[in-house]
Amino acid sequence: MRPRRWTTGRMAAQSTLYAVLVVLALVYIFPFLIQIATTFKTDPDAAANPLSLVPNPFSLAAINKLFTNSDFPLWFLNSAIVTVFVTIGRVLFDSLAGYALARLHFRGRNIIFAGLVAVMAVPNVVLLIPKFLVLNQLSIYDSYVGLIVPLMTDAAGVFIMKGFFESIPVAVEEAARIDGAGTFRLFWSVVLPMAQPALVTIVILSFQGSWNEFSHFVVAAQNPALTTLTKGVATLASGSLGSGTQYPLKLAAAMIMTIPVAVMFFIFQKRIMNQSEGAVKE
Amino acid sequence: MTDVARRRGTIRQGEAASGWLFTAPVLALLALFLVIPILMALWVSFSDWGGRGSPFAAGVHFVGLKNYETITRGGGLAEQNFGQSLRNNLWYVILVVPIQTTIALVLASLVNSQRLKGRGFFRTAFYFPSVTSSVAITVLWLFLFNTTGAVNKVLSWVGIHGPNWFNEPQGVLHAILGAFGATNGPGALVNHGFLGVSWWDWLAGPSWAMSALILLAVFTTSGTFMLLFLAALQNLSGDLQEAAMVDGANAWERFTRITLPQLRPTLFTVVTLGLIGCWQVFDQVYVATDGGPDGTTLTPAFLSYQASFINQDWGQGAAIAFILFVIIVVFTLIQRWVLRERAVSKRRRLNPVPAKVAGLPVGEVER
Repeated sequence: MRPRRWTTGRMAAQSTLYAVLVVLALVYIFPFLIQIATTFKTDPDAAANPLSLVPNPFSLAAINKLFTNSDFPLWFLNSAIVTVFVTIGRVLFDSLAGYALARLHFRGRNIIFAGLVAVMAVPNVVLLIPKFLVLNQLSIYDSYVGLIVPLMTDAAGVFIMKGFFESIPVAVEEAARIDGAGTFRLFWSVVLPMAQPALVTIVILSFQGSWNEFSHFVVAAQNPALTTLTKGVATLASGSLGSGTQYPLKLAAAMIMTIPVAVMFFIFQKRIMNQSEGAVKE
Repeated sequence: MTDVARRRGTIRQGEAASGWLFTAPVLALLALFLVIPILMALWVSFSDWGGRGSPFAAGVHFVGLKNYETITRGGGLAEQNFGQSLRNNLWYVILVVPIQTTIALVLASLVNSQRLKGRGFFRTAFYFPSVTSSVAITVLWLFLFNTTGAVNKVLSWVGIHGPNWFNEPQGVLHAILGAFGATNGPGALVNHGFLGVSWWDWLAGPSWAMSALILLAVFTTSGTFMLLFLAALQNLSGDLQEAAMVDGANAWERFTRITLPQLRPTLFTVVTLGLIGCWQVFDQVYVATDGGPDGTTLTPAFLSYQASFINQDWGQGAAIAFILFVIIVVFTLIQRWVLRERAVSKRRRLNPVPAKVAGLPVGEVER
């Protein structure tokens, strides 16, 4: 008798688990389904049937308006420019510093390391005013330089690279060094190519970080020509494009700005989901 | 000196130079956009700089603690706004941190099983909101929580007439009391207060607008923290579980007495990150409410921005930022102290063995 009771109990437990998981997954996914559906609705339909997943009638008006009658394409371009440069900067600078902290012996290394830890502890919002002050003093307020350069490095990225370089056997470098390679040569053509997995992590994090960045852009520029997606969509949300609630328009803008990070997410999904697990297991 | 030794010596010398050279870009950028700015802002918080020209120009004066006094005991609107922003954010922290931590832990436990079919799908579903931008998701939230929106539609199925979320300044605790007929607080609470806000208002609970932002925070962060818990869970050894199973412990006992104590380092990380994040709400307030309705979604972070960039009270804005910084540090220290003391003594009492196991390098995942 006992084994059978155990299995029925087990099956009940299993089905309850799946039921709970499905309901929870719906709660997490449904808002995004509504968002996609609303993008293709008309204003009255969106207001009358906020829950419906079928646009009735199907309308491309919101997306049309976004691309032909607003600065949305410009915002998209600005976000792309910023993201590309920030990512290049982070890959280069974070890996250089990470390598130095992991491998090169020099006086002051420990102080630099302690400094980086301290820097990471400073909350971002405390920096809103300070950033503006410095951008102003350097005369790079309202310029691409001001949008990009302050984001070009991050302490967390340095730590990721440092951790990775420490896991590479020293023997690899010794061999190249005996062949007479200089330190930069060693870094550039021997160590960096080996660091591909860590570099991918940095690329994902900085792409996501700079594409979604908001507060820095708010304080770094006011010229409309320099508006990025986050800032542009934020002004859309407060109703800058004509009258009415215009939810399809706003949700279309929000959805399209999510697409690049979503694509990135699904391409590197395995790595992102296992990133934290891998950090310990490997 | 042999040839090899000499070469090694020069290599070490070269290393020092390249060490500094390699770290120079990072150091320069962090100094330029972090260290120097903070010192400048500290000066501004003690000055009467008006936003024009350099804060170090001749016409800018040192005013001591004046800016700090205006916002903490000035008796005017500045103090009232600051008090209200602290009140709002305190409720936000009190509700978001425990809820997001619990949900993240529950989600992680649910999708942890190796036998679970489609666990990749479920993990993705729970994590996806964390990937999207705060601005995009706030826009979506404004649509879902509007008066005739999806959330109120769903509530109407169970006979609840949903509130006018983003326009309703009433606190939820006041609303609940009001449902029992208690609409006015006792005089002792109404007539006295702290930072320009009466005790009665301190106890109002988050407004409906703030509640929507609280739900938004839980929705977007639980996935990230789920990943942290998941990594920790997969690192636990099964030995203790099996031993407990042999001893006849049921699933709940095994979870609370074995798994939970072992997760302590991760729990610590999650609560710390949660606290730090929650005291910095800015994007959502900027996009959704501008601090309204009636200032019930003002947060110190937003107020600091508003005081400086909108009202041009740069000294006050900087002062608010530094007080916020201190609050974050203090809360983190308190949390550190509370969680460490209690968890250690409790575990010793219940089970002396896992102390060693809990020391596993689970903290590594923070990287």
